[in-house]
Amino acid sequence: MSDTVGLTRDEMAERAALDIPNGAYVNLGIGIPELVARHVPEGREFIYHTENGLLGMGPSPAPGEGDPELINAGKRQVTALPGAAYFHHADSFVMIRGGHLDLCVLGALQVSQRGDLANWSTGAPDAIPAVGGAMDLVAGVDTIFVITQHTTRDGQPKLVEECTYPLTGPAAVDRIYTDLAVIDITPDGFQLVELSPGVDYDYVAERTGAPLIPIRSTP
Amino acid sequence: MIDKRTASPAEAVADVSDGATVMIGGFGEAGSPIELIHALIDQGATDLTVVNNNTGSGEVGLAALIKAGRVSKMICSYPRTANSTVFPELYRSGRTALELVPQGTLAERIRAGGAGIPAFYTATSVGTPLEEGKERRTFHDRDYVLELGLTADFALIKCRVADRHGNLLYNKTARNFSAVMATAARTTVVQTKEVVEPGALDPEAIVTPGIFVHRIVTVPDPAHESVLVAEGGSYP
Repeated sequence: MSDTVGLTRDEMAERAALDIPNGAYVNLGIGIPELVARHVPEGREFIYHTENGLLGMGPSPAPGEGDPELINAGKRQVTALPGAAYFHHADSFVMIRGGHLDLCVLGALQVSQRGDLANWSTGAPDAIPAVGGAMDLVAGVDTIFVITQHTTRDGQPKLVEECTYPLTGPAAVDRIYTDLAVIDITPDGFQLVELSPGVDYDYVAERTGAPLIPIRSTP
Repeated sequence: MIDKRTASPAEAVADVSDGATVMIGGFGEAGSPIELIHALIDQGATDLTVVNNNTGSGEVGLAALIKAGRVSKMICSYPRTANSTVFPELYRSGRTALELVPQGTLAERIRAGGAGIPAFYTATSVGTPLEEGKERRTFHDRDYVLELGLTADFALIKCRVADRHGNLLYNKTARNFSAVMATAARTTVVQTKEVVEPGALDPEAIVTPGIFVHRIVTVPDPAHESVLVAEGGSYP
Protein backbone atom coordinates (compact mmCIF):
# COMPACT_ATOMS: atom_id res chain seq x y z
CA MET A 1 0.00 0.00 0.00
CA SER A 2 1.13 3.52 -0.76
CA ASP A 3 0.26 5.04 2.60
CA THR A 4 2.70 7.90 2.16
CA VAL A 5 0.97 9.28 -0.95
CA GLY A 6 -1.31 12.28 -0.53
CA LEU A 7 -2.27 14.59 2.32
CA THR A 8 -2.58 13.71 6.01
CA ARG A 9 -5.87 14.30 7.81
CA ASP A 10 -4.51 17.55 9.20
CA GLU A 11 -3.33 18.72 5.76
CA MET A 12 -6.75 17.96 4.27
CA ALA A 13 -8.36 20.11 6.95
CA GLU A 14 -5.81 22.87 6.33
CA ARG A 15 -6.53 22.81 2.59
CA ALA A 16 -10.29 23.06 3.14
CA ALA A 17 -9.86 25.98 5.57
CA LEU A 18 -8.16 27.97 2.77
CA ASP A 19 -11.50 28.07 0.91
CA ILE A 20 -13.59 29.40 3.83
CA PRO A 21 -14.23 33.13 3.45
CA ASN A 22 -13.49 35.63 6.23
CA GLY A 23 -16.43 36.16 8.58
CA ALA A 24 -18.17 32.89 7.71
CA TYR A 25 -20.50 31.16 10.16
CA VAL A 26 -19.42 27.54 9.91
CA ASN A 27 -20.61 24.21 11.26
CA LEU A 28 -17.95 21.50 11.45
CA GLY A 29 -18.96 17.84 11.44
CA ILE A 30 -17.40 15.17 13.62
CA GLY A 31 -14.02 13.64 12.64
CA ILE A 32 -11.60 15.22 10.15
CA PRO A 33 -13.86 18.31 9.75
CA GLU A 34 -13.21 19.16 13.43
CA LEU A 35 -9.52 19.65 12.53
CA VAL A 36 -10.42 22.61 10.28
CA ALA A 37 -10.69 24.78 13.42
CA ARG A 38 -6.90 24.46 13.91
CA HIS A 39 -6.13 25.99 10.52
CA VAL A 40 -7.81 29.37 10.25
CA PRO A 41 -5.74 31.24 7.63
CA GLU A 42 -3.89 34.37 8.75
CA GLY A 43 -6.10 37.45 8.75
CA ARG A 44 -9.42 35.59 8.71
CA GLU A 45 -11.97 35.00 11.45
CA PHE A 46 -14.60 32.23 11.35
CA ILE A 47 -17.40 31.74 13.85
CA TYR A 48 -18.08 28.10 14.64
CA HIS A 49 -21.57 26.84 15.30
CA THR A 50 -22.17 23.61 17.18
CA GLU A 51 -25.74 22.40 16.81
CA ASN A 52 -26.19 21.51 20.46
CA GLY A 53 -26.38 25.24 21.18
CA LEU A 54 -23.28 27.42 20.84
CA LEU A 55 -21.98 30.03 18.40
CA GLY A 56 -18.38 31.04 19.00
CA MET A 57 -17.06 27.61 19.88
CA GLY A 58 -13.39 27.58 20.84
CA PRO A 59 -10.81 24.79 21.26
CA SER A 60 -10.77 22.08 23.92
CA PRO A 61 -10.21 23.34 27.47
CA ALA A 62 -6.94 22.83 29.34
CA PRO A 63 -6.96 19.60 31.36
CA GLY A 64 -9.13 20.00 34.45
CA GLU A 65 -10.63 23.30 33.33
CA GLY A 66 -13.57 22.00 31.30
CA ASP A 67 -17.26 21.96 32.17
CA PRO A 68 -19.19 18.74 31.37
CA GLU A 69 -22.07 21.01 30.36
CA LEU A 70 -19.99 22.90 27.75
CA ILE A 71 -19.62 20.40 24.93
CA ASN A 72 -19.77 20.16 21.14
CA ALA A 73 -21.97 18.02 18.91
CA GLY A 74 -19.49 15.15 19.30
CA LYS A 75 -20.04 15.46 23.08
CA ARG A 76 -16.44 16.52 23.71
CA GLN A 77 -15.69 19.40 26.05
CA VAL A 78 -14.99 22.71 24.31
CA THR A 79 -14.66 26.38 25.27
CA ALA A 80 -16.71 29.47 24.44
CA LEU A 81 -14.75 32.35 22.88
CA PRO A 82 -15.34 36.04 23.72
CA GLY A 83 -18.54 37.01 21.88
CA ALA A 84 -20.00 33.51 22.08
CA ALA A 85 -23.74 32.89 22.47
CA TYR A 86 -25.69 29.96 23.92
CA PHE A 87 -29.17 29.07 22.65
CA HIS A 88 -31.67 26.23 22.76
CA HIS A 89 -32.13 23.57 20.11
CA ALA A 90 -35.05 25.16 18.29
CA ASP A 91 -33.02 28.34 17.73
CA SER A 92 -29.93 26.31 16.82
CA PHE A 93 -31.81 24.53 14.06
CA VAL A 94 -33.45 27.78 12.93
CA MET A 95 -29.87 28.82 12.16
CA ILE A 96 -29.31 25.61 10.20
CA ARG A 97 -32.69 25.04 8.55
CA GLY A 98 -33.40 28.71 7.94
CA GLY A 99 -30.28 29.06 5.80
CA HIS A 100 -28.39 31.34 8.20
CA LEU A 101 -25.13 29.39 8.28
CA ASP A 102 -22.71 30.07 5.43
CA LEU A 103 -20.96 26.77 5.23
CA CYS A 104 -20.77 23.28 6.65
CA VAL A 105 -17.88 20.81 6.50
CA LEU A 106 -18.89 17.16 6.81
CA GLY A 107 -17.40 13.70 6.61
CA ALA A 108 -18.69 11.11 4.15
CA LEU A 109 -19.15 7.41 3.61
CA GLN A 110 -19.95 8.04 -0.07
CA VAL A 111 -20.50 11.02 -2.38
CA SER A 112 -22.11 10.52 -5.79
CA GLN A 113 -21.19 12.38 -8.97
CA ARG A 114 -24.43 14.41 -8.55
CA GLY A 115 -23.44 15.45 -5.03
CA ASP A 116 -25.68 13.01 -3.18
CA LEU A 117 -24.21 12.46 0.29
CA ALA A 118 -24.33 9.30 2.40
CA ASN A 119 -22.73 9.79 5.82
CA TRP A 120 -25.07 8.50 8.54
CA SER A 121 -25.64 4.78 8.03
CA THR A 122 -24.24 1.81 6.16
CA GLY A 123 -27.72 0.30 6.19
CA ALA A 124 -26.41 -2.89 7.82
CA PRO A 125 -29.41 -4.80 9.20
CA ASP A 126 -28.06 -5.07 12.77
CA ALA A 127 -26.81 -1.46 12.96
CA ILE A 128 -28.46 0.97 15.35
CA PRO A 129 -29.63 3.78 13.06
CA ALA A 130 -28.50 7.22 14.27
CA VAL A 131 -28.76 10.42 12.25
CA GLY A 132 -28.25 13.42 14.55
CA GLY A 133 -28.23 16.75 12.73
CA ALA A 134 -26.66 15.59 9.45
CA MET A 135 -29.88 15.69 7.39
CA ASP A 136 -30.76 19.14 8.73
CA LEU A 137 -27.32 20.46 7.80
CA VAL A 138 -27.38 19.20 4.21
CA ALA A 139 -30.96 20.40 3.70
CA GLY A 140 -30.41 23.82 5.25
CA VAL A 141 -26.85 25.00 4.65
CA ASP A 142 -26.11 26.45 1.23
CA THR A 143 -22.48 25.41 0.82
CA ILE A 144 -21.46 21.89 1.85
CA PHE A 145 -17.81 20.85 1.83
CA VAL A 146 -16.88 17.23 2.39
CA ILE A 147 -13.52 16.08 3.75
CA THR A 148 -12.85 12.39 3.36
CA GLN A 149 -10.21 9.84 2.49
CA HIS A 150 -10.43 9.17 -1.25
CA THR A 151 -11.04 5.45 -0.70
CA THR A 152 -12.16 3.16 2.10
CA ARG A 153 -9.63 1.26 4.21
CA ASP A 154 -9.88 -1.67 1.80
CA GLY A 155 -9.42 0.52 -1.26
CA GLN A 156 -13.01 0.95 -2.44
CA PRO A 157 -13.89 4.34 -3.98
CA LYS A 158 -15.92 6.70 -1.79
CA LEU A 159 -16.61 8.95 -4.78
CA VAL A 160 -19.14 6.92 -6.76
CA GLU A 161 -21.70 7.04 -9.59
CA GLU A 162 -24.58 6.22 -7.24
CA CYS A 163 -24.48 5.96 -3.46
CA THR A 164 -25.26 2.45 -2.26
CA TYR A 165 -25.61 3.55 1.39
CA PRO A 166 -28.76 5.36 2.61
CA LEU A 167 -28.68 9.04 1.65
CA THR A 168 -28.26 11.92 4.07
CA GLY A 169 -29.49 14.20 1.31
CA PRO A 170 -29.61 14.37 -2.49
CA ALA A 171 -27.53 16.86 -4.54
CA ALA A 172 -26.06 18.35 -1.36
CA VAL A 173 -22.28 18.51 -1.79
CA ASP A 174 -20.42 21.36 -3.52
CA ARG A 175 -16.76 20.44 -3.09
CA ILE A 176 -14.78 17.43 -1.85
CA TYR A 177 -11.34 17.51 -0.19
CA THR A 178 -9.60 14.14 -0.14
CA ASP A 179 -6.07 13.01 0.61
CA LEU A 180 -5.50 12.91 -3.16
CA ALA A 181 -7.35 15.86 -4.68
CA VAL A 182 -9.85 18.70 -4.51
CA ILE A 183 -12.92 17.89 -6.61
CA ASP A 184 -16.01 19.96 -7.41
CA ILE A 185 -19.49 18.61 -8.06
CA THR A 186 -20.63 20.07 -11.38
CA PRO A 187 -23.63 19.42 -13.65
CA ASP A 188 -21.23 17.22 -15.67
CA GLY A 189 -20.04 15.23 -12.64
CA PHE A 190 -16.75 15.12 -10.72
CA GLN A 191 -14.49 17.99 -11.82
CA LEU A 192 -10.86 17.76 -10.71
CA VAL A 193 -9.74 21.12 -9.29
CA GLU A 194 -6.38 20.35 -7.73
CA LEU A 195 -4.07 17.37 -7.27
CA SER A 196 -2.22 16.75 -4.00
CA PRO A 197 1.59 16.97 -4.25
CA GLY A 198 3.08 13.86 -5.81
CA VAL A 199 -0.22 12.59 -7.20
CA ASP A 200 -1.15 12.51 -10.90
CA TYR A 201 -4.51 12.46 -12.71
CA ASP A 202 -4.41 8.74 -13.52
CA TYR A 203 -3.71 7.79 -9.91
CA VAL A 204 -6.79 9.73 -8.72
CA ALA A 205 -9.03 8.66 -11.63
CA GLU A 206 -8.24 4.97 -10.97
CA ARG A 207 -9.45 5.41 -7.39
CA THR A 208 -12.62 7.31 -8.29
CA GLY A 209 -15.80 5.32 -8.90
CA ALA A 210 -17.15 7.62 -11.65
CA PRO A 211 -15.66 9.64 -14.53
CA LEU A 212 -13.28 12.37 -13.35
CA ILE A 213 -13.09 15.45 -15.58
CA PRO A 214 -9.44 16.59 -15.83
CA ILE A 215 -8.31 20.06 -14.75
CA ARG A 216 -9.10 22.44 -17.59
CA SER A 217 -5.87 23.60 -19.22
CA THR A 218 -5.46 27.36 -19.08
CA PRO A 219 -5.11 28.92 -22.55
CA MET B 1 -48.32 33.27 46.86
CA ILE B 2 -47.09 31.32 43.86
CA ASP B 3 -44.51 28.81 44.94
CA LYS B 4 -43.78 25.92 42.55
CA ARG B 5 -41.19 24.36 44.83
CA THR B 6 -41.70 20.65 45.52
CA ALA B 7 -40.11 18.90 48.48
CA SER B 8 -38.25 16.13 46.64
CA PRO B 9 -37.61 14.52 43.27
CA ALA B 10 -39.87 11.65 44.41
CA GLU B 11 -42.78 13.99 45.06
CA ALA B 12 -42.18 15.83 41.77
CA VAL B 13 -42.62 12.66 39.66
CA ALA B 14 -45.13 10.82 41.87
CA ASP B 15 -48.04 11.10 39.39
CA VAL B 16 -46.29 9.93 36.21
CA SER B 17 -48.58 7.13 35.06
CA ASP B 18 -47.89 3.97 33.09
CA GLY B 19 -47.99 4.66 29.36
CA ALA B 20 -47.06 8.33 29.76
CA THR B 21 -45.00 10.27 27.23
CA VAL B 22 -42.03 11.87 28.99
CA MET B 23 -39.65 14.39 27.41
CA ILE B 24 -36.24 14.34 29.10
CA GLY B 25 -33.88 17.27 28.55
CA GLY B 26 -30.20 16.91 27.79
CA PHE B 27 -27.77 16.36 24.94
CA GLY B 28 -25.45 13.61 26.09
CA GLU B 29 -24.84 14.39 29.75
CA ALA B 30 -25.19 18.17 29.35
CA GLY B 31 -28.53 19.05 30.92
CA SER B 32 -29.52 15.51 31.84
CA PRO B 33 -31.76 15.64 34.95
CA ILE B 34 -30.25 12.54 36.55
CA GLU B 35 -31.87 12.94 39.97
CA LEU B 36 -35.36 13.27 38.43
CA ILE B 37 -34.76 10.22 36.21
CA HIS B 38 -33.62 8.17 39.19
CA ALA B 39 -36.73 9.25 41.11
CA LEU B 40 -38.82 8.09 38.14
CA ILE B 41 -37.09 4.69 38.25
CA ASP B 42 -37.94 4.42 41.98
CA GLN B 43 -41.52 5.51 41.30
CA GLY B 44 -42.04 2.56 38.96
CA ALA B 45 -44.02 3.96 36.01
CA THR B 46 -43.61 1.72 32.98
CA ASP B 47 -44.52 1.43 29.28
CA LEU B 48 -43.18 4.97 28.85
CA THR B 49 -42.53 6.75 25.58
CA VAL B 50 -39.40 8.83 26.14
CA VAL B 51 -38.26 11.75 24.01
CA ASN B 52 -34.52 12.58 24.29
CA ASN B 53 -31.79 13.24 21.75
CA ASN B 54 -29.85 10.14 22.83
CA THR B 55 -30.35 6.97 24.85
CA GLY B 56 -28.04 7.60 27.79
CA SER B 57 -24.69 6.09 28.64
CA GLY B 58 -23.46 3.48 31.09
CA GLU B 59 -26.14 2.25 33.49
CA VAL B 60 -27.20 5.51 35.14
CA GLY B 61 -29.77 8.17 34.30
CA LEU B 62 -31.70 7.57 31.08
CA ALA B 63 -29.77 4.37 30.32
CA ALA B 64 -30.82 3.01 33.76
CA LEU B 65 -34.48 3.84 33.05
CA ILE B 66 -34.22 1.95 29.75
CA LYS B 67 -32.34 -0.94 31.38
CA ALA B 68 -35.08 -1.23 34.05
CA GLY B 69 -37.49 -2.06 31.20
CA ARG B 70 -39.65 1.02 31.72
CA VAL B 71 -39.33 2.44 28.21
CA SER B 72 -41.38 0.84 25.45
CA LYS B 73 -40.46 3.46 22.86
CA MET B 74 -37.66 6.00 22.34
CA ILE B 75 -38.10 9.02 20.10
CA CYS B 76 -34.58 10.32 19.42
CA SER B 77 -32.05 11.39 16.81
CA TYR B 78 -28.87 9.66 17.92
CA PRO B 79 -29.23 6.44 19.92
CA ARG B 80 -25.60 5.43 19.31
CA THR B 81 -23.18 7.06 21.70
CA ALA B 82 -19.93 6.03 23.34
CA ASN B 83 -20.76 3.92 26.42
CA SER B 84 -24.30 3.40 25.18
CA THR B 85 -24.80 -0.35 25.50
CA VAL B 86 -28.17 -0.68 27.20
CA PHE B 87 -30.39 0.60 24.38
CA PRO B 88 -28.80 -1.37 21.51
CA GLU B 89 -29.42 -4.64 23.33
CA LEU B 90 -33.10 -3.89 24.08
CA TYR B 91 -33.64 -2.50 20.56
CA ARG B 92 -32.17 -5.57 18.86
CA SER B 93 -34.29 -7.88 21.01
CA GLY B 94 -37.40 -5.90 20.05
CA ARG B 95 -38.24 -4.82 23.60
CA THR B 96 -37.78 -1.10 23.01
CA ALA B 97 -39.09 0.52 19.82
CA LEU B 98 -37.30 3.41 18.12
CA GLU B 99 -38.66 6.37 16.21
CA LEU B 100 -35.58 7.93 14.61
CA VAL B 101 -36.01 11.66 13.93
CA PRO B 102 -33.45 14.09 12.49
CA GLN B 103 -32.21 16.32 15.31
CA GLY B 104 -33.59 19.58 13.92
CA THR B 105 -36.89 17.95 13.04
CA LEU B 106 -37.06 16.63 16.61
CA ALA B 107 -36.46 20.12 18.04
CA GLU B 108 -39.01 21.67 15.69
CA ARG B 109 -41.62 18.96 16.37
CA ILE B 110 -41.31 19.76 20.08
CA ARG B 111 -41.38 23.52 19.41
CA ALA B 112 -44.49 23.10 17.23
CA GLY B 113 -46.17 20.93 19.85
CA GLY B 114 -45.55 23.59 22.47
CA ALA B 115 -46.88 26.30 20.15
CA GLY B 116 -50.14 24.48 19.34
CA ILE B 117 -49.04 23.71 15.78
CA PRO B 118 -50.12 20.17 14.83
CA ALA B 119 -47.81 19.74 11.83
CA PHE B 120 -45.37 21.56 9.56
CA TYR B 121 -43.34 21.01 6.38
CA THR B 122 -39.54 20.77 6.30
CA ALA B 123 -36.93 19.99 3.65
CA THR B 124 -34.98 17.82 6.09
CA SER B 125 -35.07 14.08 5.15
CA VAL B 126 -36.48 14.63 1.63
CA GLY B 127 -34.99 11.97 -0.65
CA THR B 128 -33.74 9.82 2.26
CA PRO B 129 -35.03 6.67 3.98
CA LEU B 130 -36.42 8.80 6.83
CA GLU B 131 -38.95 10.31 4.41
CA GLU B 132 -40.81 6.99 4.12
CA GLY B 133 -44.48 7.17 5.02
CA LYS B 134 -44.56 10.96 5.15
CA GLU B 135 -46.57 13.26 2.92
CA ARG B 136 -44.45 15.22 0.42
CA ARG B 137 -45.46 18.59 -0.94
CA THR B 138 -43.81 21.16 -3.19
CA PHE B 139 -43.58 24.85 -2.29
CA HIS B 140 -41.74 27.34 -4.51
CA ASP B 141 -40.16 24.51 -6.57
CA ARG B 142 -38.71 22.71 -3.56
CA ASP B 143 -39.91 19.47 -1.94
CA TYR B 144 -40.80 19.22 1.74
CA VAL B 145 -42.13 16.50 4.05
CA LEU B 146 -44.90 16.82 6.58
CA GLU B 147 -43.85 16.33 10.21
CA LEU B 148 -46.13 16.21 13.25
CA GLY B 149 -45.83 18.35 16.37
CA LEU B 150 -44.89 16.51 19.57
CA THR B 151 -46.35 17.02 23.02
CA ALA B 152 -45.86 15.12 26.26
CA ASP B 153 -47.49 14.41 29.58
CA PHE B 154 -44.31 15.37 31.45
CA ALA B 155 -41.03 17.13 30.74
CA LEU B 156 -38.14 16.46 33.12
CA ILE B 157 -35.43 19.11 32.76
CA LYS B 158 -32.46 20.60 34.58
CA CYS B 159 -31.42 24.22 35.02
CA ARG B 160 -28.86 26.23 36.98
CA VAL B 161 -31.11 28.69 38.77
CA ALA B 162 -34.87 29.17 39.11
CA ASP B 163 -37.07 31.60 41.01
CA ARG B 164 -40.13 30.24 42.78
CA HIS B 165 -42.34 31.39 39.87
CA GLY B 166 -40.41 29.03 37.62
CA ASN B 167 -38.37 31.53 35.61
CA LEU B 168 -35.22 29.67 34.55
CA LEU B 169 -31.60 30.21 33.57
CA TYR B 170 -29.53 27.32 32.28
CA ASN B 171 -25.83 26.43 32.26
CA LYS B 172 -23.97 26.82 28.95
CA THR B 173 -24.81 24.09 26.41
CA ALA B 174 -26.99 22.27 28.98
CA ARG B 175 -29.90 24.39 27.78
CA ASN B 176 -30.23 22.36 24.54
CA PHE B 177 -33.67 20.68 24.35
CA SER B 178 -34.84 21.68 27.84
CA ALA B 179 -36.11 25.16 27.04
CA VAL B 180 -38.11 23.75 24.13
CA MET B 181 -39.47 20.72 25.99
CA ALA B 182 -40.68 22.95 28.84
CA THR B 183 -43.21 24.45 26.41
CA ALA B 184 -44.53 21.12 25.10
CA ALA B 185 -45.45 19.16 28.23
CA ARG B 186 -48.62 19.31 30.29
CA THR B 187 -46.46 19.15 33.44
CA THR B 188 -42.88 20.46 33.36
CA VAL B 189 -40.68 19.42 36.28
CA VAL B 190 -37.36 21.22 36.76
CA GLN B 191 -34.41 20.28 38.91
CA THR B 192 -32.34 23.34 39.76
CA LYS B 193 -29.11 23.89 41.66
CA GLU B 194 -30.51 27.00 43.26
CA VAL B 195 -33.85 28.76 43.88
CA VAL B 196 -34.00 32.54 44.30
CA GLU B 197 -36.77 35.00 45.11
CA PRO B 198 -38.77 36.60 42.26
CA GLY B 199 -36.96 39.74 41.17
CA ALA B 200 -33.49 38.30 41.70
CA LEU B 201 -33.24 37.26 38.04
CA ASP B 202 -32.92 39.97 35.37
CA PRO B 203 -36.19 39.87 33.36
CA GLU B 204 -34.14 40.64 30.21
CA ALA B 205 -32.07 37.51 30.69
CA ILE B 206 -34.69 34.90 31.60
CA VAL B 207 -34.56 31.99 29.15
CA THR B 208 -37.65 30.01 30.15
CA PRO B 209 -40.51 32.13 31.53
CA GLY B 210 -42.27 30.60 34.52
CA ILE B 211 -45.54 30.00 32.66
CA PHE B 212 -43.92 26.87 31.17
CA VAL B 213 -42.81 25.46 34.52
CA HIS B 214 -44.98 23.64 37.05
CA ARG B 215 -42.72 22.03 39.64
CA ILE B 216 -39.28 22.97 40.93
CA VAL B 217 -36.99 20.65 42.89
CA THR B 218 -33.70 21.87 44.36
CA VAL B 219 -30.74 19.56 43.73
CA PRO B 220 -27.79 21.67 44.89
CA ASP B 221 -25.05 19.27 43.78
CA PRO B 222 -26.32 17.17 40.86
CA ALA B 223 -24.37 14.10 39.78
CA HIS B 224 -22.53 14.15 36.44
CA GLU B 225 -23.28 11.22 34.18
CA SER B 226 -19.68 10.90 32.94
CA VAL B 227 -18.36 10.74 36.50
CA LEU B 228 -20.88 8.06 37.51
CA VAL B 229 -20.12 6.07 34.34
CA ALA B 230 -16.35 6.33 34.92
CA GLU B 231 -16.89 5.00 38.46
CA GLY B 232 -18.79 2.04 36.99
CA GLY B 233 -21.96 3.21 38.71
CA SER B 234 -25.41 1.78 38.10
CA TYR B 235 -28.91 2.65 39.33
CA PRO B 236 -30.67 1.57 41.41
